[in-house]
Amino acid sequence: MSATSTADRPAPPRSRSSQRAGRSRIGPLFIAPYVLFLVAIFAYPVGLAVYMSFHDYFFAAPGAIVDRPFTGLDNYAEALQDSAVLQSFGNVAIFLVINVPLTVALALVLATALNAAIPFRTFFRVSYYVPYITASVAVVGVWLFLFNGAGLINNLLGPLAPAPSWFVNSTLAMPLIAIYVSWKQLGFFVLLYLAALQNVPKELYEAASIDGAGRLRQFMSVTVPGVRPATFLVTLLATITGANLFTEPYLLTGGGGPNGASASPVLVMYQEGIQQGNAGYAAAIGIILIVSVLVLAGVQRLVLGRK
Amino acid sequence: MASAAVEAPSTAPAEESEEHRTPPAARPERSWVRLVLLAVGAFAFLFPFYYMIIGSLQRDPEPGPGGAFPNPANITLDNYESINSSISLLRSLVNSGVFTGGVLLGTLVFGLLAGYALAVLEWRGRGAVFASLLLVQIIPFQLLMIPLYVMIVRSYGLADSYLGMIVPFAINSVAVLIFRQFFLALPRDLFEAARIDGASELQILWRIAIPLAKPAILTAVILTFIGPWNEFLWPFLVTKEADLQPLAVSLANYISNLAGRAANPFGAILAGACVLAAPAVAVFLAFQRHFISSDLGSGVKG
Repeated sequence: MSATSTADRPAPPRSRSSQRAGRSRIGPLFIAPYVLFLVAIFAYPVGLAVYMSFHDYFFAAPGAIVDRPFTGLDNYAEALQDSAVLQSFGNVAIFLVINVPLTVALALVLATALNAAIPFRTFFRVSYYVPYITASVAVVGVWLFLFNGAGLINNLLGPLAPAPSWFVNSTLAMPLIAIYVSWKQLGFFVLLYLAALQNVPKELYEAASIDGAGRLRQFMSVTVPGVRPATFLVTLLATITGANLFTEPYLLTGGGGPNGASASPVLVMYQEGIQQGNAGYAAAIGIILIVSVLVLAGVQRLVLGRK
Repeated sequence: MASAAVEAPSTAPAEESEEHRTPPAARPERSWVRLVLLAVGAFAFLFPFYYMIIGSLQRDPEPGPGGAFPNPANITLDNYESINSSISLLRSLVNSGVFTGGVLLGTLVFGLLAGYALAVLEWRGRGAVFASLLLVQIIPFQLLMIPLYVMIVRSYGLADSYLGMIVPFAINSVAVLIFRQFFLALPRDLFEAARIDGASELQILWRIAIPLAKPAILTAVILTFIGPWNEFLWPFLVTKEADLQPLAVSLANYISNLAGRAANPFGAILAGACVLAAPAVAVFLAFQRHFISSDLGSGVKG
């Protein structure tokens, strides 16, 4: 911004910017690989996805010249009437309704508890972060072991164990995936809140305690509003995680089972686009998903983003 | 690590205004609540990992409560042999390593250049590139999988190749953001002085900025490492040949296709899971001192 405006008009204090004139040639050179990367991996694919979604785009043998006719909004109309697609979006809604509040509440409480001079502080921080840095494929293995029909959880629950066990139960599969993802990502959000807590002015707590506010009241009236920008970020990132869901339904519930009760949109895109070869159709599902995420992000910004 | 400023209690822990500077440690009943809460959290986070290791060593799976305590008579390394005979662990680890190494190399070389250009140099379009850098953080990568698959696998024929795996992750944008934030915080005079001495920008980056940026580089390395090491969907789409699959992919294929054939399928899965988890956890534990929460916060917040 400022670089462009100073280069355009000859402002009086020009000694610094003319001194930098030679350097400004090296800047584009340094940034060029990254810009190329952004164009090739983000901008062009987004454009290609939009193009594909308006065509009957299917896979053909390499080199074969095939006709991929323009079909307008057909892919979108079909996707919005496809019960598998609608079910997968509904599943993400269930996921978000459980995952986002759980993540916000637990991460903020744990970050507040960590934000003090307590023994074993480093140990706690490290242990919270371990699930986040471990591959989902690895952790999925132990969750399958814990929650299978004869697993430890059902053993502990005894007669209270759910009848079709957790991941093969169409009511419980998606909520348990939401809990799994909350558990796995929580450490990241705890650290995020821990950083945000450093920015809450201490005077506010002092003022609140002078006014006779108890600990819980201080948490609700000082901490919660004080970390609101971070809460917006947490809900946004959790929403994006939900939209990206693939590995967990693919592995935990054997491909979104039972009967699609835990299928995610990305899983449906994979099945439609890559397994069935209807790439245009899958691209349309992807565009609908991106638009949904942007709308949700806008709503979250309206609710949480304002100061 | 976390510096004295972070250690200081910023949530004034007292109700009475006279006592609000008392550190929480001096108020036992308060630290008790905190500690119990944190300990319950730590148990919930760590128990599955403990159970993963125990499960990987059991000859017969013991799903009862007693199974959480290792029974010496039931301990074996057979599960590791079993998983190794189905998916070559060494080969898969090498593939994971090449994939991750390629991404790290690309991020360190091009990401440092980009971070330096965004923080220190002035050029046309800098604002636009920085805005794009922030924008791509909220584009869910997996939503681009269909067009990327068409481009990389179908158009460029990079299926079953390391390059095809690496390209979409080649420069980690979060790492670029961390580099930029760190370089921005360095005093400008440092760069000016070096320029007056006739150093080129590349020399300044290499001799001054990078040596000072070691904490940021370590943070970025950890963040960048866990991305491709743990990534499943993209390498799963790109690699059909077992010889080229990273461990996350070959283990996932084992879970969904082959596990039924093993004598102790959970044991074999958990053994593979331990092998997949160990390097990332080890890298994190080795460098966690440098992994300061404020770095992460500023990196993510921009």
